[in-house]
Amino acid sequence: MEQLRTIGRELAMGSQGGWGQSKEFLDLVKSIGEARSKAEEDRIIARELEHLKRRLADPDVPRRKMKELLLRLVYAEMLGHDASFGHIHAVKMTHDESLPLKRTGYLAVALFLDERHDLVILVVNTIQKDLRSDNYLVVCAALTAACRLIGEEAIPAVLPQVVELLAHPKEAVRKKAVMALHRFYQRSPSSVSHLVSNFRKRLCDNDPGVMGATLCPLYDLILEEPNSYKDLVVSFVNILKQVAERRLPTSYDYHQMPAPFIQIKLLKILAVLGSGDKQASGHMYTVLGDIFRKGDTASNIGNAILYECICCISFIFPNPKMLEAAAETTSKFLKSDSHNLKYMGIDALGRLIKINPDIAEEHQLAVIDCLEDPDDTLKRKTFELLYKMTKSTNVEVIVDRMIEYMINITDHHYKTEIASRCVELAEQFAPSNQWFIQTMNKVFEHAGDLVNIRVAHNLMRLIAEGFGEEDEGADSQLRSSAVDSYLRIVGEPKLPSSFLQIICWVLGEYGTADGKYSASYIIGKLCDVAEAHLTDDTVKAYAISAILKTFAFEITLGRKIDLLPECQTLVDELSASHSTDLQQRAYELQALLGLDKTAVESVMPADASCEDIEVDRSLSFLNSYVQQALENGASPYIPESERSGVISVGSYRSQEQQETSAHTLRFEAYEMPKPSLPLATSQTSMSTPPTDLVPVPEAGYYKEDNQTSMSQPPSDAISGEFGVKLRLDGVQKKWGRPTYSSSTPSSSISSQPTPNGASHSDGGGSSSQPRESSYGSKRQQGTEVSAEKQRLAASLFGSAAAKADRKAQASRKTAKDSPSTEKVATTNVTAQPVKEQVIPAAPPPDLLDLGDEPVSSSPPSADPFSQLEGLLGPASAAPVLSGTPATSTSKAPGLLSIFSDDVPTGVTSVSTDPTLGDVNSMGSRKGAAAVASMKGPSLQDALQKDAAARQVGVTPTVNNPNLFKDLLG
Amino acid sequence: MIQAVMVISTQAKPRLLKFYSFQPPEKHQDLVRCVFQLLSARPESASNFVKVDSIFGPGTKMVYKHLATLYFVFVFDSSENELAMLDLVQVFVETLDRCFKNVCELDIVFNFNKAAEKLHTILDEMISGGQVIETSSEQIMKSVEEIERLEKQSSTTSFIPKSITERFTR
Repeated sequence: MEQLRTIGRELAMGSQGGWGQSKEFLDLVKSIGEARSKAEEDRIIARELEHLKRRLADPDVPRRKMKELLLRLVYAEMLGHDASFGHIHAVKMTHDESLPLKRTGYLAVALFLDERHDLVILVVNTIQKDLRSDNYLVVCAALTAACRLIGEEAIPAVLPQVVELLAHPKEAVRKKAVMALHRFYQRSPSSVSHLVSNFRKRLCDNDPGVMGATLCPLYDLILEEPNSYKDLVVSFVNILKQVAERRLPTSYDYHQMPAPFIQIKLLKILAVLGSGDKQASGHMYTVLGDIFRKGDTASNIGNAILYECICCISFIFPNPKMLEAAAETTSKFLKSDSHNLKYMGIDALGRLIKINPDIAEEHQLAVIDCLEDPDDTLKRKTFELLYKMTKSTNVEVIVDRMIEYMINITDHHYKTEIASRCVELAEQFAPSNQWFIQTMNKVFEHAGDLVNIRVAHNLMRLIAEGFGEEDEGADSQLRSSAVDSYLRIVGEPKLPSSFLQIICWVLGEYGTADGKYSASYIIGKLCDVAEAHLTDDTVKAYAISAILKTFAFEITLGRKIDLLPECQTLVDELSASHSTDLQQRAYELQALLGLDKTAVESVMPADASCEDIEVDRSLSFLNSYVQQALENGASPYIPESERSGVISVGSYRSQEQQETSAHTLRFEAYEMPKPSLPLATSQTSMSTPPTDLVPVPEAGYYKEDNQTSMSQPPSDAISGEFGVKLRLDGVQKKWGRPTYSSSTPSSSISSQPTPNGASHSDGGGSSSQPRESSYGSKRQQGTEVSAEKQRLAASLFGSAAAKADRKAQASRKTAKDSPSTEKVATTNVTAQPVKEQVIPAAPPPDLLDLGDEPVSSSPPSADPFSQLEGLLGPASAAPVLSGTPATSTSKAPGLLSIFSDDVPTGVTSVSTDPTLGDVNSMGSRKGAAAVASMKGPSLQDALQKDAAARQVGVTPTVNNPNLFKDLLG
Repeated sequence: MIQAVMVISTQAKPRLLKFYSFQPPEKHQDLVRCVFQLLSARPESASNFVKVDSIFGPGTKMVYKHLATLYFVFVFDSSENELAMLDLVQVFVETLDRCFKNVCELDIVFNFNKAAEKLHTILDEMISGGQVIETSSEQIMKSVEEIERLEKQSSTTSFIPKSITERFTR
């Protein structure tokens, strides 16, 4: 492409006039090129469009001129100007008899319109006619346009002709017909599903080009359901073999490579077909080996094929010899100077380590080079690789690196991604809670608005629950260090909202706990926060609740404190707020100040954020009443979902909730009230005395609870959702009022996240030991490499021995499990007591399949779950106890699929929680051993607590996924 | 599947846009701008692949080639191989080169009415419905030339004004 760099032909443009273009157009292009500003360019184009509009409408313009005008229109539209007035002329031109005009018409139509455009209906007829044309060019043009313009409804109109064209004598037509069918399949699989056999037939086409084109739709079909195409494995392997052996005409060679694009497509197809299928994979090894042997690493396309081979090998049933060849090629990629090849090498490495994690160790220095490369693409790819190979041994280094990188990037999209990855890794592998909290603080400080709010709740929960051991001292130390660091940071400008929420919550809960800071100091700080973020209602709500808590604790301790003036202003301001939620909280605060010590103590118990709140969701205390009503002839309650023609209150409400948290003011019009709805609810449920009872629509209530993962007792639900509840006011009075006059016990928890089970176990110990040892072992490797890099390498890749050691050590540490872990199991218990036993054991067949997943064993206890433990125990005991965690990585894909299949269906109470799926799939992907062994003990904990809880008859409120997380590892 | 082919000048002007998956026309300019910003920020030595899921949706990647004053950009999803796409760009440029005998930006710009058609014809021969159907620049040239030959044969009527032919056909 050297010639490309010579642009000395500007002056020669005059001679190009022979190409048949007009002077006008040349002038236009020239003047646009010379335009000095965007405004000037716009003016020129506007003038041009005006001119085109006139000329196109003029009936005396020669048709050849029309063609040029249309292309000028295309040009104008490409530059971003509206040329819609000319679209109809393009459509008209497709009717033209002359081939060049017709083709131009089709070209313009395909560029101007899309399947949803109104004018397409006018083109469909033309396409239909042209598909029957004798001239193959007309047919080709029509097929090309059909690919772009035929939408789902129009497919039946052209389908018969397109299918006919599959047997057209011209291979170009056959090829395009195959592609058009493929396109139809993509648009609407059902409309062409009966034609799938045609693709199989075309695979045997005489023309290799047509065969190659057929691979595209087949690939899509095979991705959809690989099992019905297993019979083609041998054919695909044969084709690939023939192609690789250069049996195709040389015209298909590209840079001395035989039909590389066909090879690549075939390799992709084989990868899908061979995935997890030993027999099918067996057919492939020979040809893959051949391709590796002949592999040409000098040319770009040769490398593309080799890379595809590696991908294929990483998908199909593993074969040691193939893996060796793949690893060798990968190392060639990584050692290359070309950034492109390094990129492919990193990607390939990421695929191979899924099968054999040891492969990465050999390339650690190359990986670190890529990590430090100025090329952003390469760097991101490397982070992706690191993310895949994170273990508890290297999590600190990797996450620190990620955060460092995250701070410096501006791209919001990627920042969000990397922040969520940091969080994910930290949640999964955190060696200590201290580290976890520090890391999370960093993430929140720099990307707080980009991470899921759930993460903030997790962090608060962790601080609330501490290390989980019986060591209260360590916990309070952790909390006071959190308080210290937050007090330092709180004054800084531009902190993200979710971070401020955490700060407020922690300060409110633990600010005065260790007696280091006075209540008035903390309250002052909290007032500052609320004042500094006038527009953020959520932060203000958190701040005012924190103030309330601080007051409550002071009163409990018998100390009398006065309302600071600034605090008084804040309360006054909030009680007049537009947000009913803020009003509520302000009133609650004022009410609380008037209460005496014992009342406050029961309303706001100190450090009770971990306690569970009992909510009788089935409202069983009303059973007798309902029974009575039914006996008196009342019609039974019909669940909302079963009533037809009623819009779900639940969805309406959740929408409302989002809005209130997102805006301070609503600019859009209020929706039409639907007063009949709640009325109907109450009337149908208990028709005789409509005043007294609570028609809280249960479905909506459950939903909301899951969404926010907050424990919201009924009264709080009302306060939070006051706007919606207002509509119910006329019907039920008893429920709505009390929250106003006095603060209910539940309000203390209203702003707090649920103290769910700690998902983070304490890995304990510092990582210095493995780091050092591996540092020593790597010493002799590459003398010219800087010591720093080696250290990084060692900490990233660590030696296998150190890993095992550490894991064993980690597994011995006990992870605390929250008192609320058992909630999951019991959430539904009240409603469906029969299912109680079933819930935790719900997916037993699949759980048992996970037998080799190291869930730690636990001594049998006398609870009903002992059976379950017995099932899990023996299988898992070996890996944990022997101290050599059996890394089940090779099975990871399988495990993964099991999770994704079963989690949502099998365990109903958990499936709603978004965290679970992530965590599980993550766990299985990265050597489930480490996670499970770290978390192991909590399983036992959970089971025991569950049993205990149920014996006592506790019915906790909140869905908690942790029990199942532990079970599933 | 290939989502889009773009040719953008180093002055951030689009020279050729072809989308294989639907993008609303009013968004085209934004896409060009975003892509150009990404491209212009990349050093010469960097790799030719960029993840563009923030612009074109999840899983999309882009391969580009910077030649003289033009960026040739192919956007595609995970079903394509990056290196192979890079070679497809190469095929495209090679074909253009054969077609215009030492192609340069000016060919594409100043011959737009002629070249645009040719460019699109070439692309249509290479890519159909977002899938690669031909990768030999020789083959592509052959079909393009044949199309031109046939077009010339049938384009004898083109000097007669539209109104007259319309009168005849009526």
